[in-house]
Amino acid sequence: MAGILVYALHDGEGNFNKNALGAISEAAKLAGEVGGEAAAVVVGYDGDDAGEKLGAYGAAKVYRAKDVPEGLAQPIVDVMTKVISENGFSYALFGGGLLGFEIGAGLTARLNAGVTMEVTDVEARDGKLVALRPILQDSAIVDVAYVGEPGIIIGRLNAFDPVESGSGAAEVIDLDVELSEFSTKARMVTRGEQRGGDVNIEDADVLVGGGRGLGEKDNFKLAEELAEAMGGAVAATRAVVDAGWYPYATQIGQTGKTVAPKLYLAAGISGAIQHKVGMQNSENILAINKDPNAPIFEFCDLGVVGDLHKIVPKLTEAIKAKKGG
Amino acid sequence: MKICCLVKEVPDAAVQKRIDPDSKRLDRSGEKNLNPFDTHGIEAAMQIREGGAVEVDEIVAVTMGPSSAVRALHKAVALGADRSVHLSDDALAGSDVCATGLALAKVLESESPDLVLLGQQSDDGECYVMGAVIADHLKMPSLTQVIKIDVDGEAISCERQAEYGYDTVEIDLPAVISVGDAINEPRYPSLKAIMGAKKKPLDTKAIGDVGIEANQVGAEGSKTQVLGMNPPEEKAGGEIIEDEDTNETVEKIVAWLDERKLV
Ligand SMILES: Cc1cc2nc3c(=O)[nH]c(=O)nc-3n(C[C@H](O)[C@H](O)[C@H](O)COP(=O)(O)OP(=O)(O)OC[C@H]3O[C@@H](n4cnc5c(N)ncnc54)[C@H](O)[C@@H]3O)c2cc1C
Repeated sequence: MAGILVYALHDGEGNFNKNALGAISEAAKLAGEVGGEAAAVVVGYDGDDAGEKLGAYGAAKVYRAKDVPEGLAQPIVDVMTKVISENGFSYALFGGGLLGFEIGAGLTARLNAGVTMEVTDVEARDGKLVALRPILQDSAIVDVAYVGEPGIIIGRLNAFDPVESGSGAAEVIDLDVELSEFSTKARMVTRGEQRGGDVNIEDADVLVGGGRGLGEKDNFKLAEELAEAMGGAVAATRAVVDAGWYPYATQIGQTGKTVAPKLYLAAGISGAIQHKVGMQNSENILAINKDPNAPIFEFCDLGVVGDLHKIVPKLTEAIKAKKGG
Repeated sequence: MKICCLVKEVPDAAVQKRIDPDSKRLDRSGEKNLNPFDTHGIEAAMQIREGGAVEVDEIVAVTMGPSSAVRALHKAVALGADRSVHLSDDALAGSDVCATGLALAKVLESESPDLVLLGQQSDDGECYVMGAVIADHLKMPSLTQVIKIDVDGEAISCERQAEYGYDTVEIDLPAVISVGDAINEPRYPSLKAIMGAKKKPLDTKAIGDVGIEANQVGAEGSKTQVLGMNPPEEKAGGEIIEDEDTNETVEKIVAWLDERKLV
């Protein structure tokens, strides 16, 4: 059988990842063109509704390995390898995200297959898929074809929209998979831990987002003072959260929170896609960045090219003066 | 314990990158540098050595690339590696991810490391995948985008942020770990280390030395083929102001906020 196999990531409680559902929708759209159907792989989930939930987005079959743990790539590479070698899929498609990268990469090695990552679009040409991938800070898009099968396609975040196709429940096929010896040598101790208390940034009308451009931890007070003057709260990028400058609970983005305030003021934030997905629905986006080529300038409403250390303190003063006056 | 650090020479961040329209490959002329993410891998190796929880016998920098890539190895040695290995062969030109991963895995195999460290991404675009490709070839467990490593004898404990929050993962050695730039603050090399770097042992290997067949790498061993290259769609950005006079800039920002009833 030809067709397209997708990895259906979930949170362990039966909530499937939006990017995974997007990938299934995309696979369902393209499967006919390459001959075959869209199918999904699920691990570590024994809910009765997997077939319904994934079928709704166009999966015809769900290959399920209940006993394989979710969250680590290598056991999933074992599962997908088995499914592909027994059923002959032509492509494996991953929605954007960390695990997609890891699993896709492992499959590449295991199956000696071609891989393309950060793919923003997939086209069928003469019964084969061509992946479109932006390169060099999105200044060019390359069209990539695959030599041999399967071709491995790793999407960029939000590249594929989840679309309910109105199809019925997928057939669920339970698998017993013997894991490779090395796949069992990594053990999840804790998954999905939330750190940094229960700061509530979701309710704020105004958010001042601080990025690495602030320069150091102590400079977050610039963002705090501005937020206070505007009656808002402070949010952060993953780069600064990972560096320990600000709590995880304030992180916006793919692996953080999604917000939609009236104003998002990005100070020293490059605007990477993983950050963008968490704040792009803000009503107004104002960005201060000294690099005129920063990606954030492509999707903000007002962009200020300049040094935030000069601008932010004066802006805070001006806002205080305005409110006081 | 023997640690191999993968390093890569990349175009300097300040250099405008471009694609050669004929070969459809990255134009690699211009200023080059050691991939910044890899310096965090070397620093992580140094901290394991200095941490004292395990005995680190050797830190070996490994790269694949044209002859100019020795400069990346010299930098790696200046940052703390004891020696380096350079896989260099005309047959490697044009290798895609699949072929590059295989070639690097073969070099590493010949070194039998207990731990392989690398940066989670290279500045010139191989996004996040190399560690996992190599690990599968080496049949070692792996984790990518790691921001904390604790070494304790036979196993290491790693932390990273994944789709749903922080994961803590325990991994048996030997293993392949790719690190993010928040894991540490790489040290500056001392003048003495920079001067001494060229004197440290450097092994140059051709593909035959590590058991790679010519048809496994280069364009022939690659499983992807670039068909074409196009400019992206034009995007309508917002209004942009350049900060020349900050008082004026601030006035404009306040007016903009005011107009939208945000202050
Ligand atoms: C799987 C995965 C998940 C991720 N999840 C998230 C997520 O949830 N959230 C998230 O934010 N990121 C996430 N990331 C990381 C993301 O890719 C970026 O690395 C991150 O958003 C960058 O943060 P930053 O903009 O603060 O830092 P940088 O990219 O380093 O940008 C700093 C910016 O500050 C500017 N600057 C520097 N100095 C000044 C100055 N004096 N004045 C003005 N501007 C200045 C620079 O020009 C630069 O544009 C994820 C990555 C991966 C791979």
